[in-house]
Amino acid sequence: MIRRRFTIPVLVTIIAALAAVAVAALLVNIFSRQQEARNPFYRVVELTDETVEAAVWGKNFPLQYDGYRRTVDQVRTRYGGSEAVPRTPTQADPRSVVAQSRLEEDPRLKIMWAGYAFAKDFREERGHAYMLDDQTFTERQDVVQQPGTCMHCHASVYVPYKKLGGGDLIKGFEAMNRMKYQDARKLVTHPVACIDCHDPGTMQLRVTRPGFLEGIQKVKAAQGVQNYDVNRDATRQDMRAYVCGQCHVEYYFKGPEKRLTYPWDKGLRADQILGYYEENGFKDWTHAETGAPTLKAQHPEFEMWNQGVHARSGVACADCHMPYQRVGAMKISDHHVRSPLLNINRACQTCHRWPEDELRARVETIQDRTFEVRNVAMDALVALIADIKSAKTRGASEAELESARGHQRRAQFLLDFIEAENSMGFHADQEAVRILALSLDETRRGQASLPGGVATAGARTPRPMVQGATTGQPTKR
Amino acid sequence: MTTTRALILAAAFIGLLIGIGGYTFVYAKGYSYLTNDPAACANCHIMRDHFNAWTRASHRSVAVCNDCHTPPGLIPKYMTKAQNGFWHSFYFTTGRYPDPLRITPRNHDVTERACRTCHADLTATIDPPHVETARGGLTCTKCHNDVGHIE
Repeated sequence: MIRRRFTIPVLVTIIAALAAVAVAALLVNIFSRQQEARNPFYRVVELTDETVEAAVWGKNFPLQYDGYRRTVDQVRTRYGGSEAVPRTPTQADPRSVVAQSRLEEDPRLKIMWAGYAFAKDFREERGHAYMLDDQTFTERQDVVQQPGTCMHCHASVYVPYKKLGGGDLIKGFEAMNRMKYQDARKLVTHPVACIDCHDPGTMQLRVTRPGFLEGIQKVKAAQGVQNYDVNRDATRQDMRAYVCGQCHVEYYFKGPEKRLTYPWDKGLRADQILGYYEENGFKDWTHAETGAPTLKAQHPEFEMWNQGVHARSGVACADCHMPYQRVGAMKISDHHVRSPLLNINRACQTCHRWPEDELRARVETIQDRTFEVRNVAMDALVALIADIKSAKTRGASEAELESARGHQRRAQFLLDFIEAENSMGFHADQEAVRILALSLDETRRGQASLPGGVATAGARTPRPMVQGATTGQPTKR
Repeated sequence: MTTTRALILAAAFIGLLIGIGGYTFVYAKGYSYLTNDPAACANCHIMRDHFNAWTRASHRSVAVCNDCHTPPGLIPKYMTKAQNGFWHSFYFTTGRYPDPLRITPRNHDVTERACRTCHADLTATIDPPHVETARGGLTCTKCHNDVGHIE
């Protein structure tokens, strides 16, 4: 009897208590969501124009710093990214992990770069975190004496430049260019850091690299804009590409003072850049097999992006490589800079409302096609090199070889421009194929210019894939 | 005597529940969801970008959220509000939702009808030669995706 009298009130009590717990939990959740919306920012350290250490900036901006630190990840996509290859550390090179060798994947590269340091050691690029180490310890250092100019893009160099120049960025830049690599290396400590792209007071984007400050001025001058000061005249959206363009560009070391120069006087297209080199006669090295005055193209991502539809639509590097992400109520740029193919959701689908597989297929279709033409052009170039060599051994005169060597120089630069560019054509697909077609034309003219009877068809790499495997399976995640 | 005590206890718990529940409702501006005010939709910060974008979009002066995201008629309107309200709260509370957000087919249908209600003169002339538009294969927002809010 007692039991029955109690049952209903006790049950009601329990249910009411549970409901109260649920409502209280909801209340707390609503409260915390509202707190999230307040976008808290706590300044716990003072940042100055001399704070190189990213970890210090990270105390004020822990979310961005967290992403930045993840650039150590080694993940591969079909045509890019890096694979972690273990190696035994030595006294000279303490790295225990490196990226896969591109030379082993495609031995034709060794023929293209014969006599140059890149034929000795060339690996797939790793994330930003490794830029300084991979440059310090590459075997290319054993083959040639590199200048201090390299630091411009392989280290956080803004503060060291200013210190070296007694407060003057450009003076420091010029002084470090003239140093030996090993001496300059002692002046820097970090790979790219916050201060290289951000103003420490306002966090606004800024350009700190003299090479770009001068380079973009030349581009704008060619377009009729005089005295362009990127830090004064560029829009915020411009800057979201320009800070990347500080380094992801084609360049050369000008004159005995080894001044880093972006060859943009005529414009940003590969053939315009080549035209500039043809006029000033610069060469990176003399080809070991043919004696041609050859050029090495270097990762011209900024130039290629400029020719593509994304640039035309106002989409900057950061929109795809550092897309916005939501952390709580905050919308921040993902500072884990990486291939958009590893983050299709945020990188692509914000604008392109298609399934991930469809978007990946579109990108890889462009890349597969570019890669196929790249292989055709490379087989042709290898045939041209063999033909010049054989003409040489048959006793062709220097005068007879000169024209062919010029064609090799141009064919090789145009091909290398696409080969070195880190998107396998995606940044500007038709432009990439146009440049490869120009390369093929140079090769054809080079073979035709040789004394009669030497031109060969050369080997043909089975298409669409290449000997060895320049492509790889994307990392399983 | 003990029964009475137990009943009082139960009543106290229920009163507490009503009190906390009522407070939560007011604190979370639950009543605002019964209005047409677009600010109510941005009570949750997830909608802040959409709300901000709407204030700069072409439809800001002619349509509020409810004009395009709820169907006409009191009952269908509040049914839609109830359904979306429940699921939005559920996902926002648990934090398990996709980003960028995607509209559900049902809600997309509501919006498509809203376009076609106000712009009937125009859509009526487009539909006959393009049969797929009438069948839903091609929708207004496929091309006009920035009229309401780009995000």
